[in-house]
Amino acid sequence: MRSLLNFLLRIHFLLLFILIEIFSITLLINNNNFHKARFVNYTKQIAGNLYTRTASLKQYLSLAEENQRLTKENNRLLNIIESTYKSDEIFFRTVKDTIFNQRYQYTPARIINNSVNKKHNFITLNKGSQQGLKPEMAVVSEGSVVGVVKGVSKNYATVISLLNLDLRISSKIKKNGYFGSLMWEGKGYQTAILNEIPLNADIQIGDTIITSGFSSIYPEGILIGFIEDFTEKGGSFYEIKVKLSTDFKRLDNVNVIGNLLQTEKIELEKQAEGND
Amino acid sequence: MIKLLPRYIMSFILLVFLQVFILNNIQFSGYINPYIYVLFILVLPFETPKWLLLVIALILGLTVDLFSNTPGMHSSATVFMAFLRPYVLKIISPRDGYESETLPQLKHYGSAWFIRYSAILIFTHHLFLFYIEVFRFSEFFATFLRVILSSVFTIILVLISQYFYRKDIRR
Repeated sequence: MRSLLNFLLRIHFLLLFILIEIFSITLLINNNNFHKARFVNYTKQIAGNLYTRTASLKQYLSLAEENQRLTKENNRLLNIIESTYKSDEIFFRTVKDTIFNQRYQYTPARIINNSVNKKHNFITLNKGSQQGLKPEMAVVSEGSVVGVVKGVSKNYATVISLLNLDLRISSKIKKNGYFGSLMWEGKGYQTAILNEIPLNADIQIGDTIITSGFSSIYPEGILIGFIEDFTEKGGSFYEIKVKLSTDFKRLDNVNVIGNLLQTEKIELEKQAEGND
Repeated sequence: MIKLLPRYIMSFILLVFLQVFILNNIQFSGYINPYIYVLFILVLPFETPKWLLLVIALILGLTVDLFSNTPGMHSSATVFMAFLRPYVLKIISPRDGYESETLPQLKHYGSAWFIRYSAILIFTHHLFLFYIEVFRFSEFFATFLRVILSSVFTIILVLISQYFYRKDIRR
C-alpha cells in the first residue's frame, strides 16, 4: 500500500497533467457540437458585458462609414418603394396578410464581437432571449447571409458565423434552381464551397447563389454570393467556389430572422418520417 | 516569493486583455495569429510547484477560452505547454544551474538562453493549439505553416515584452 502511495506521489505531476488534459478535451468536444451551447450561455453573460463596452468604442470610431452605408441602404429601399407605386401592376400584386400569415420576423441587432481568423468563428450579438431571439434563427446583413444563432442568454446571443467548419447552409443556383449544401472550408474569409450540384446543371462564373429555403432556418432567396470558379469532382458533381457577398471583416448591423412556422414544419416532417 | 503575487495578478489581467481585445482581432494574411498570453507561463518563478504550474495554466487557458468561444482549446494547449516547462528548463539549464534569486527572464540569463527557452515552449503550444483547432490532419501543411508563422510572431512579441519589465525586479 505504502509503495503504491509512493508511486502515485512520484508520478503526481504526470497524473494531474493527464487528468486536466482529459478535462479540457472533453470540454472541447462537448462544445463543438451545434446544439450543446450551455457553457457558452453562462459565460456569455460576463464576456458580453465587457464586449459591449469595447464594441461601443469601436462603433464610435467607424460612425462616418456606417452612416454612409445606411444612407446607401436607405436610398435603395426608397427606390424600391417609388418603383412599386409607379408600376402598373400595382392592382395585381398579391396581398400579404401581415397578421395571420406572417412567416418571417425581422429583429435588428448589433454585433459586439466577431472574428474571421479561426476555423470555428463565432459572432456575439447585443440582443438575447428578452428581445425574442431563439437558437436556430437566421442572421443576415444587408440581405446577405451571415450565420445562425447558436445560443442565447438574457441579453446576448452567440451566432455561428458562416465562416465556421460546422455550419452548412442549404443553397441553390438562382437561375436554374439546382440545390446543394454550402460550407466554408477554412481558407480566407471571402470564399466558401458549394457541393452536390450535378454535372448536367448549366453554370457559369458570376452566377448568383441564394438560400434554398429547405432548412426552415433561412427564408428562400437570401443572397449568399457569386460563383467564382468551379471544377468537376468525383465524376458526377461540381465543386463550386463561391465568393461570399457578405464582408465579414466589417459587419456591424445585422437582422435576425425568426421563422414563425418553423416548429410546424419540423413537426410535419417528423410525422412523415415516422410513417415510413 | 509572496511579494511577487500582486505583480503576477496584474500581468495576468493585462495579458488576457491584450490577447482578447487586441491580438484576437488581428490577422495578417490569414496565417498569423499571435498568442502572447503564454508569456505568463514562461516567466513564472523557477521554484513554482509543478502542480501549481498546471493549475495556473488551466485557469489562464480557460479565461482566454471564455472570451474566444472555444471552451477547452486554449486550456488544453496551455496545460500541455506548462507540463513541458520543467523538462525544457532542465534540458537547457546553464552550466552552473539556476540562481535562487532570479526569474526565467531575458535580463537574468541573456538573450540566447531566453530565445531558446521561449521558442521551444511557444512552438509546442502553437503546434498543439492549431492542430486541435483544425481537429484533423487533412490540411497538414497549411496548418503547419500557420504554426510556424504565428510562433515566430509570438516569439517576437515576447522578446519585445522583455524590455518592458521594470529594472528593479530583484527582490
